Amino acid sequence: MDILVPIKLVPDLVEELEIAANGVALDRRFMRLIPSEQDDHALEEALLLKERHGGSVTVITLDTGDTDDTLYTAIAKGADRAIKVTGESFDEGVTNHAASSVLQAAAKDLTFDLILTGAQATDDLDGSTGPLLAARLGLPFVGYVLAVSQEDGGIVVRKEYPGGLVAEMTVDLPAVLGISAAEKPPRYVVTAKVMEAMKTATIEEVAAGDADAQGAAELARMYLPESGERAEMIEGGVDQVADALVALFGKRGLLG
Amino acid sequence: MSKDVWVVVESLRGEVLENTYTMLAAGRTLADGLGGKLTALLLGSKAEGLAGTLGVADGVTYVDHPALADFTPDAYRRTISALVKEAAPRAVLMGHSSMGMDVASGISIDLGLPLVSACQTLSAAAGFVSVTCGGKVLAEGKLPEPACLVTLVPGGHKPQDGRKDAAPPVARVQPPVPLDDLKTKLKGYIEPEAGGIDITKESILVSVGRGIGQQDNLKLAEELAAALGGAVSASRPIVDQGWLPTSRLVGKSGKSVKPRLYLALGISGAPEHHEGMSDAECIVAVNTDEKAPILDYAQYGVMEDALKLMPVLTARVKQAKGG
Amino acid sequence: MPIEPLLVLAVFLAALGLFGFRVYRRLEHMRLGQPAESIGQWRQRIWLWLVYVFGQRRLFRFARPGVAHFFVFWGFLLLLPTIAQAILEGVWPGFVLPFLGTFGPLALVQDLIAVAVAIAVVYDLYMRLIVKPERYKGSHKTEGVVVLFFILTIMISLLVMNGIKREQGDSPIEPAYWQPVSAFVGSLLAGLSTSAQDMVARVAYWVHLSVVLLFLTMLPGGKHFHVVTSMFNVFLRDLEPPGKLPPAPQFGDQTGVKNVEQFSWRAMLNWYSCTECGRCQDVCPAYASGLELSPKLLIMGLRAHLYERGTALKAGPAKASADAPASAATAVLEKELTGDVISDAALWACTTCYACDQECPLFIEHVDPIVDMRRYLLTQQRADATLVDALMNLRRYGNSFGQSERRRAMWTADMAPPVKDIRREPAHTLWFVGDYASYSPTLTAVTQATARVFQKAGVDFGLLYEAERNTGNDVRRTGEEGLFELLATKNKMALNGCEFQEIVTTDPHTYNALKNEYRSDGDSDGMPAVPILHYTELLDRAITSGQLPIGRQLGYTVTYHDPCYLGRYNGVYDAPRRVLEAIGCRVVEMPRNRDRSLCCGAGGGRIWMDESAVQERPSENRIREAAELSDVGYFVVACPKDLTMYRDAVKTAGQEDRLAVKDLIELVEEALEQT
Repeated sequence: MDILVPIKLVPDLVEELEIAANGVALDRRFMRLIPSEQDDHALEEALLLKERHGGSVTVITLDTGDTDDTLYTAIAKGADRAIKVTGESFDEGVTNHAASSVLQAAAKDLTFDLILTGAQATDDLDGSTGPLLAARLGLPFVGYVLAVSQEDGGIVVRKEYPGGLVAEMTVDLPAVLGISAAEKPPRYVVTAKVMEAMKTATIEEVAAGDADAQGAAELARMYLPESGERAEMIEGGVDQVADALVALFGKRGLLG
Repeated sequence: MSKDVWVVVESLRGEVLENTYTMLAAGRTLADGLGGKLTALLLGSKAEGLAGTLGVADGVTYVDHPALADFTPDAYRRTISALVKEAAPRAVLMGHSSMGMDVASGISIDLGLPLVSACQTLSAAAGFVSVTCGGKVLAEGKLPEPACLVTLVPGGHKPQDGRKDAAPPVARVQPPVPLDDLKTKLKGYIEPEAGGIDITKESILVSVGRGIGQQDNLKLAEELAAALGGAVSASRPIVDQGWLPTSRLVGKSGKSVKPRLYLALGISGAPEHHEGMSDAECIVAVNTDEKAPILDYAQYGVMEDALKLMPVLTARVKQAKGG
Repeated sequence: MPIEPLLVLAVFLAALGLFGFRVYRRLEHMRLGQPAESIGQWRQRIWLWLVYVFGQRRLFRFARPGVAHFFVFWGFLLLLPTIAQAILEGVWPGFVLPFLGTFGPLALVQDLIAVAVAIAVVYDLYMRLIVKPERYKGSHKTEGVVVLFFILTIMISLLVMNGIKREQGDSPIEPAYWQPVSAFVGSLLAGLSTSAQDMVARVAYWVHLSVVLLFLTMLPGGKHFHVVTSMFNVFLRDLEPPGKLPPAPQFGDQTGVKNVEQFSWRAMLNWYSCTECGRCQDVCPAYASGLELSPKLLIMGLRAHLYERGTALKAGPAKASADAPASAATAVLEKELTGDVISDAALWACTTCYACDQECPLFIEHVDPIVDMRRYLLTQQRADATLVDALMNLRRYGNSFGQSERRRAMWTADMAPPVKDIRREPAHTLWFVGDYASYSPTLTAVTQATARVFQKAGVDFGLLYEAERNTGNDVRRTGEEGLFELLATKNKMALNGCEFQEIVTTDPHTYNALKNEYRSDGDSDGMPAVPILHYTELLDRAITSGQLPIGRQLGYTVTYHDPCYLGRYNGVYDAPRRVLEAIGCRVVEMPRNRDRSLCCGAGGGRIWMDESAVQERPSENRIREAAELSDVGYFVVACPKDLTMYRDAVKTAGQEDRLAVKDLIELVEEALEQT
């Protein structure tokens, strides 16, 4: 199976986030970008499928900044091709509608049986890239997928529902899947292999065509929630805190 | 421009899911503000009875077809797209969930309608407020005109406000498009691991997250839960590692719990988790990160290492309970 | 020619031949090994050889067995002439070894030492058969006991042979007072007739010869090969500082060691020298905590596997067919070194504390092969999820806490005066703080106390602030060589951009990396050539020079825990103790002190790994050891990981009311307060 894995770079929540001067976007100047966690899982699932059934894995990202490390790491993990789509306005952030339109154009020159991408990303505000891309390409989509297996010339996916319930669905290929978790945690590839990839592998660069940016809502304001209504902090060392909690539980009749 | 609001009902194996009521509450607010009608769109097979709790809506549009008996992305998307195209409501509300997110984006492309997702609050006057970046950032704006799609997350509107045990007038319609040659088909369901504790029935939950460090430390939580007479639950990272079964997962992909006490140990409190425990009576968050989102909605917060606190607290609880 | 001398000659040549063949085969296997660095530093080698081989220095760390072995070793050396004598006089009756066979004082020493050896052997048999210490668990018991009986037999038969010669006036040694023991033994047989004595002498002779030659042929096959190899092994050993790991072996695409022949010949010589004494096992914190690792079993396993695989590689795999099952050789060749021979769990259990290497009388290296195998395991994704998470954090953020670099120096926020940023202005001393001291919320107070003490001592110091990264000491020991290099490069770049005369650090792991790992082959390798100090060394210097006036004497009775990377790896034992004395503390040593200190269990990346298999934490074991010192009220540490581990252990071991765990800096700060 030839698998395409679009990866989105998202803000690293470990850092403090700040709002840009225009008040409707995040300040990306000093932001650290990391690959979206579920896209990492999608890549892992793709690599697992390649290991089981052969084929190839191609990763593709929009050049929103900090992409090279992600792409070389993907190659070090076992991806066959890495493609970076460059565009003028990308480093200011791209909506999912625009991104899926760019990916649709790039996908025209690629052959694939399956597109795997994360079910959602932490900074999504207008749907997710996966189903948008699927609709643009006219391909079926299933999201919140936990496992993919090949059966009788097609694929079967496991989709998660609330409460731990899982549904099994068959999907006609070619298709797009939104992965929420791979069958195994994303593999660790030693730094030396990534360094080696940086020396020996090439990242293909493709220029983005015109993107159809419609579909996302215009924002009036983006802001950090006020810490107004916050929790009442219980102060003191471990012992005082424990005492205070026990008193609290007692008052609420929980120690009865 | 229409003033009508549609809500796409989410149901699973004969039961309406809770987020549908959240959507109806939001939809009601929006429809009233716009001065339009609220319609619940129900897809299924012999499922008309599900309309019985949708009383908040002014009417139910019910599409009956065997292919719609269970949710599958292809069949549902085709149906909803076609119906929305024909009726052109002002806004279509779907769940920001495994079902809603499968179809919302597709419909946005099919019909060229803007899509606002992760929306928490809706009103005709103020528009939408969406939550992003793990709950650390909010985004607001006017509802796109003339029509738009919205996926809703819990937390802004109360599901109680969206549920009324009465059936509004049901209009049965034929599927607007053929439902043959479907590209996604249901094979079956796999039950979650049965047996053991049902965390939705516990009144005290000791819930563990990434801050618990290693699997070995779970026993501290077990001891505390035992001392309190409750059970251990967990956030997603713990279950993903396989340290606890999915039956213990609290959150959007897990269970929704309403205990009297929810003790969150080392849980940052991202929206997906909050969805599952927002209705807890008393939330106590123990965390070493003063910026953890959970502190925005917990009643009490403790800046301590959960691993240090647990054994001490267990001992005190046992003492207080006498012995 | 009479039959008997021919028989002696034949038996001797046969034994020698068999011995030679068996040695040759093992040498062949060793030739499969990789080259090692060239040998140099001859004078140092000869000196160490004299001290540790002839002086048997390390043996005495276990006092009584050490004394016993001292005598067995010297007995062996000094009695070699008697063995030569026996063989030669067997082939040429009446032959007497010139000088060595007639020198009275030597004969006296030989007589006495034969007794000493006999006593030593009886003691050793008592240990093996009655006491059965834990450290022998897993060693080849039968071989051990049999050889002890052999040695006893050789001694007794020698004394009987000499005794009868004395009785019959046949001894080449005169006067008789040079052979008191032999004379005594002879006198016991005085009652026998001459022909009876001759018979006894002949039997004794053949027993003596047979046992000696049997022992000779047995040598290469088991733990007694050390009799031959130990001399070479200790002489040729690696003289690099222990705190410097060798670079990662690379075989094409493969990093680390996958197959046993990918180890160097020097490592293989190590394994051949293993006596299975178990001293390494006894001091191993992983073994004590119930994990799968035993350094002794590791070496024995490597040795056995080298033999079987070497043999199989020579034999060549036979093709399996439907009729003939795969040959034994194929089965052996399919065995995986990591996984089948040495388990993953055993490899990950090591804290790299160096106690095993320190204890081993043969200077066998245990830590290096473990790291080499870990280097391979990581490339195969065979590491637990918590370690992988820590490595990912280290790669992305330069610290194992998964926190932004910008938060590294947050602990300085309220310091007055503010702490210098050495990137912007020069300072005399660069303080390389380390991850734990910077990021761990429970350690902030101690780090701030350190800053205050430095200020009071008038130290002109500065920090790298956000430019500092984890030095990678333990990263390297988990086998992630590339990540270590990445961190080292970033740190060196930061250091080279600043002006300073020396570096001080509060973390022994950081200390080791800066001192040993960041330089190679005597070159600076991009590392500024300045002295590296641990903070205890800096304090020692400041107190001795009067720069840091001690306000009051604390009067506490304390015990001091030597950190592995400060003590064993870098020999810093006295500076912290001097500081403690200077501030008026009486130091009572734990039984396992200085280079016998028990590791807290955090090193080698273990602090980033899953602990669920641990049955008894080494840190709790250590706290209990300290608690047995009745006057001691304080457990003093000088490493942030020790502080973290022991603060926890003192609670879980239930000793909070008994022992206060303090970092040395906390006591120093107390002593600076004026009364």
